Amino acid sequence: MERGRITISGFDPERVTEREALSDWTDESSSETKSRWWRAWRRFRRNRSAMLGLAIVAIMALIAFLSVPVKIAGVTVQPFHLAPHRPDKILYLNNPDVEIYQQPNFEYMMGTDQNGRDMLSRVMVGGRYSISIGFVVVAVTATIGVIYGAIAGYYGGWIDEIMMRIVDTIFAFPGLVLALVIVTMLGKGYWELVLAFAAFGWAGYARLIRGEILKVKQEEYVTAAKALGARDASVIFRHIVPNAIAPLIVQASLSIGTVVIGVAALGFLGLGFPPGTPEWGTMLDSTRQTLIQGPGGSIPWWATVYPGGAIFLFVMAMNMIGDGINDALDAQEVSNVNQAGGG
Amino acid sequence: MSGLRRFVLKRLLLTIPILWGVSVITFALVYLTPGDPVDLMIGLNPNMSPAEEAALREQYGLDEPVYQQYIDWLVAALQGDFGNVIRTSRPVSDLVVDRIPPTIALGLFGWVFGLVIAIPTGIYAAVKKDQLGDDVSRFIALFGISIPNFWLGLMLILLGALWLNWWPVLAPRKPLFHPEMLWYLILPGLTIGTASSATLMRIMRSSMAEELNKEYVTAARAKGLPERTVILKHVLRNSLISVTTVAAFLTANILAGSVVVETVFSWPGLGRELVQAALRREVNLIMAITLLVGFVIIVMNLLADIVYAVLDPRIRYD
Repeated sequence: MERGRITISGFDPERVTEREALSDWTDESSSETKSRWWRAWRRFRRNRSAMLGLAIVAIMALIAFLSVPVKIAGVTVQPFHLAPHRPDKILYLNNPDVEIYQQPNFEYMMGTDQNGRDMLSRVMVGGRYSISIGFVVVAVTATIGVIYGAIAGYYGGWIDEIMMRIVDTIFAFPGLVLALVIVTMLGKGYWELVLAFAAFGWAGYARLIRGEILKVKQEEYVTAAKALGARDASVIFRHIVPNAIAPLIVQASLSIGTVVIGVAALGFLGLGFPPGTPEWGTMLDSTRQTLIQGPGGSIPWWATVYPGGAIFLFVMAMNMIGDGINDALDAQEVSNVNQAGGG
Repeated sequence: MSGLRRFVLKRLLLTIPILWGVSVITFALVYLTPGDPVDLMIGLNPNMSPAEEAALREQYGLDEPVYQQYIDWLVAALQGDFGNVIRTSRPVSDLVVDRIPPTIALGLFGWVFGLVIAIPTGIYAAVKKDQLGDDVSRFIALFGISIPNFWLGLMLILLGALWLNWWPVLAPRKPLFHPEMLWYLILPGLTIGTASSATLMRIMRSSMAEELNKEYVTAARAKGLPERTVILKHVLRNSLISVTTVAAFLTANILAGSVVVETVFSWPGLGRELVQAALRREVNLIMAITLLVGFVIIVMNLLADIVYAVLDPRIRYD
């Protein structure tokens, strides 16, 4: 039997389990785990919207990576320069034909911003900040959350009680508000933002994994492992967690979008990065005032539409992937209701 | 004691440690991060002499042990005293009280908009499960969840204020219930309601779909009840119960959204005040608003649980 929780209602779970067991039975019965993930991947691959999302995310990440060369300690590790200009280059200094808020044209496809910098290049480079923070924060928070939730769920009793009251308390705050306060106190910057979102973002994962662990804790293989004298840590992380991981992956994939929006929101509010950083949200901040005031009667819509559109596209693609993973892993319909306290 | 009363009492008792925890987190965020309020003031006034600095620290009680500072702060806060806004010397509580009504108005609008869109669409999607209508609603929900609220707000300003000229670009400086303000409220209200309604729609759909599979539905249909009656009278009522459970979550969502949306639309509420406070590093103000947000969400959580227990008696006996 694969896992004790097939949750599509209207199905007879017994029948499904039996059928799967029959159809998947092969000589090498040890490949059970592998084949489960393999089946999920096959289902994911057939999901057109998820594959489209995957393609969009891959392309955007690739563009961000290849946009300008990367140097580590003076050695160029990434020589490509896809962006037509340097993101911080003020174009009218060298080329008198370019104005600030240049309309998009053939040469400057997304126009220029309030300092006469090329929008296209800035949007391309901007992905580096948002995308990487999204993945880093989710990796950190998911790891902390798994450890925390596993301990609470496994030991139970008053340890669980105290640990989960702490989680409840964190859930009393919207994640964005906590991150905003932390960034205010710590100051702007990349790692400050990571810390701001990671400091409390693990709570959602902790709650999720604890619930899963309470479900699988009673399974016979856990009792067996304990009876065989396995240490607690080994029981938790080798036997319980791998069987509780599917909803966690769904949650993590759906959270990346939330974190990316949060980072961009702080950037937009002027709290995330130093002004002038080509980060998508920060780019919007510098143009917001001009959009509202409308310089000289013309509205530089391109300065707002493109960076925001990039965030939107990325988050949408990420959510498409998340939905696809959700369907593929047959997990419950995750409504992603725990964005509070992190996300 | 009746089951309901015991449930409510138990739930109230459980709330106390969480309320206390919220105050600890609020305090810790500001006092345990590197850089205390005086450091922030030095940032505003770099010419401060070490003696003045020490005097300030003493004035704010920063030379005392942390627990003493926390107790002092908490005791004052419980009496509604959050100190003054450093810049204007106005009491923080005054300012916060001023900012509450616009945020409530905005939040209510967002809530109502969310419900009005989400419930019918959710029902429709569940009834047409796995058909075209369901796919379309799924796509719309994906759209609503993925669109960053600040960008949606800017796009609405671009469209509604700059191109159509139906709204002014900035919130008019009028009292809240002035018609111009209420008309303007539509823009931030739509912005803040979009994400909530998308989430709510998905929740509505899945809870409806789950209910539709239950046996009483088959029984009602077998009895020959028209499908309309089955859905609107039997299924809807039961699936609405699960919507109340996300009430607190949606409130958190709307409060978080208000931070951004009020800034975009220069709406004079709590969220915008928090951002202003963060930009100016007004520690007292930040703490007061953070604490208030935490309290509101806890109270909403409590209310949602109680309503849930009233609507669904099974929950009281767990």
